[in-house]
Amino acid sequence: MYVAVKGGEAAIDNAHAWLADRRRGDRAVAEIAPDQIREQLTLAVDRVMNEGSLYDRDLAALAIKQSRGDLIEAAFLVRAYRTTLPRFGATEPLDTGAMAVARRISATYKDLPGGQILGPTFDYTHRLIDFALAADGEPPRAPTAPADAAAMPRVTDLLAGEGLLEADSPYDPEAPVGDLTREPVTYPAARDLRLQQLARGDEGFLLALAYSSQRGFGSTHPFAGEIRMGEVELEFDCADLGFAVPLGSITVTECQMVNQFAGSADAAPAFTRGYGLAFGHAERKVMAMALVDRALRTQELGGEVVAPVQDQEFVLSHADNIQATGFVEHLKLPHYVDFQAELGLVRKLRAEWTARREARDAAADTLADREAAE
Amino acid sequence: MTASTATAAGGYAFAYLDDQTKRMIRRAILKAIAIPGHQVPFAARDMPMPYGWGTGGIQVTAAILGPADVLKVIDQGADDTTNAVSIRKFFKTTANVAVTTRTTEATVIQTRHRIPETPLGPGQILVYQVPIPEPLRFLEPRETETRVMHALADYGLMHVKLYEDIATHGRIAKTYAYPVKVEGRYVMDPSPTPKFDNPKMHLSPALQLFGAGREKRIYALPPFTHVVSLDFEDHPFEPTRFDAPCALCGATGVYLDEVVTDDAGGRMFVCSDTDHCETRRAEGHHGTEWAGEATEATA
Repeated sequence: MYVAVKGGEAAIDNAHAWLADRRRGDRAVAEIAPDQIREQLTLAVDRVMNEGSLYDRDLAALAIKQSRGDLIEAAFLVRAYRTTLPRFGATEPLDTGAMAVARRISATYKDLPGGQILGPTFDYTHRLIDFALAADGEPPRAPTAPADAAAMPRVTDLLAGEGLLEADSPYDPEAPVGDLTREPVTYPAARDLRLQQLARGDEGFLLALAYSSQRGFGSTHPFAGEIRMGEVELEFDCADLGFAVPLGSITVTECQMVNQFAGSADAAPAFTRGYGLAFGHAERKVMAMALVDRALRTQELGGEVVAPVQDQEFVLSHADNIQATGFVEHLKLPHYVDFQAELGLVRKLRAEWTARREARDAAADTLADREAAE
Repeated sequence: MTASTATAAGGYAFAYLDDQTKRMIRRAILKAIAIPGHQVPFAARDMPMPYGWGTGGIQVTAAILGPADVLKVIDQGADDTTNAVSIRKFFKTTANVAVTTRTTEATVIQTRHRIPETPLGPGQILVYQVPIPEPLRFLEPRETETRVMHALADYGLMHVKLYEDIATHGRIAKTYAYPVKVEGRYVMDPSPTPKFDNPKMHLSPALQLFGAGREKRIYALPPFTHVVSLDFEDHPFEPTRFDAPCALCGATGVYLDEVVTDDAGGRMFVCSDTDHCETRRAEGHHGTEWAGEATEATA
């Protein structure tokens, strides 16, 4: 006797209870608090803020706890929450030239105004597991020094001053701010929308695309002109007041890639730009983003689109890991109705195939019999 | 305060989405109804369910749902599949609407992969969850290209594909997401419903809305729209047929699920539409594997 598979509701409730229990883990071990995640897993928090498209360290930390450390799941939680938030407008453009810099390096100059500042970086650490971290004990405080009051101009500004680097597109304060979360993307997409999608995009996907361009699938011959990380002030242009109001400061990482020159009869040869900007400390992300941004400019700079990284539709429509993970994982949902339809067709095709084979064999047998008889 | 701004449980807006978003979606729906079969872009939001799990249908339902509506949600034709349960629960929580499993009682039916067997009536709305709204996508992956093809009604590529099927397999080897032509103009993906259901779309008195969240598209079939499955004169469209009736309710001419009953090749075929099957059994119909109410009570 067939019993229908019922009880979806109870099954779901039980699954959620089990999930919560697994999240807690061994109850003999102290429970992790969101502020510990916020303070000690800062780079995970930064990634979730970027891919979740919302600057909120506490919320991202809580999402990481709720998702058991699955960062794409955490970004998904943040995204869904973001949908419910009201919008008041857009801030003034960030002035990253006025950044309170914690790290700033340039690969194109040995030294430059403001100097090279390594900051808190994994670079030059030897990747040896530090067993001391498993033991108790506080690390010594890092040495400090008074901040250098000297200005720290962006490397790209130094280059552009000489005309060696293509100028940034002029800023028009009246131009509307593109937002692909409010208007569906149409292709070709302008650079503001492309950069927005890259900023929200999956770090791993961008990394692989950037790497592919370095290995020759759409090369851009890049130099890391500058990578800087630090705090910048946010100003919100309040229409009611008629002037910009400071909202506070956020930490961002910026990368300016300087790429092989372009020139034409109308424009003198100059280096071209690729740009990356992300919340928090996210160097891998902004470097990959800058490489991909430059590659996506191939057509506008007179190049031929031949590699995936240069292809807008390919890059932009697959960069979002919330969409990607949802669609890949939806294959877990029941598909038995469609599978039934395919089953029926394959059975029919196999039956026809067998009938044809038998008819052929029978014909061959008849022929063989006849030949044997002759 | 209108009904749609009234807040439901948890401090979220009625049916989760804020009024501005609903207005944007309703505009897209109206445009879609005005141009049957045409895919209208809309700014789909990140929903609290994963992309690919019905976010398009959920947003359409959220935008059209009113407090007096009666909602039915099915997946694979069944009301009790996990994702249908999850979506029904979502609207019960966020919109506090009445829910039902009875096709005839529902004003809004959200579905994945099936059209109910009970014919829909005027005033009912069927909301489809759509994964890939573009019928030409697997023939031409680029949106820039397919948009032009739709604009020019250039569907040669699709006909070539169907012809190639016949050349290879002797028939059009498409069993679900079988393309249809709407009002003689747009070729449309009916969502991955089995082709068995295609004829139900034709001249349906109900309004049919299609939502694709990840792909950010909405399209529609207003009531009494001509919906014709693509075919050739010498290879006419053939809906799937089953050899046996439903083993539980004895229905014929309905879509059946194959249920494996043991590991020795035993299988039975039962209605995919659970409401249809239960209603028939309540009316006294029965098949070979179900003798009547008493049997079920002791089972």
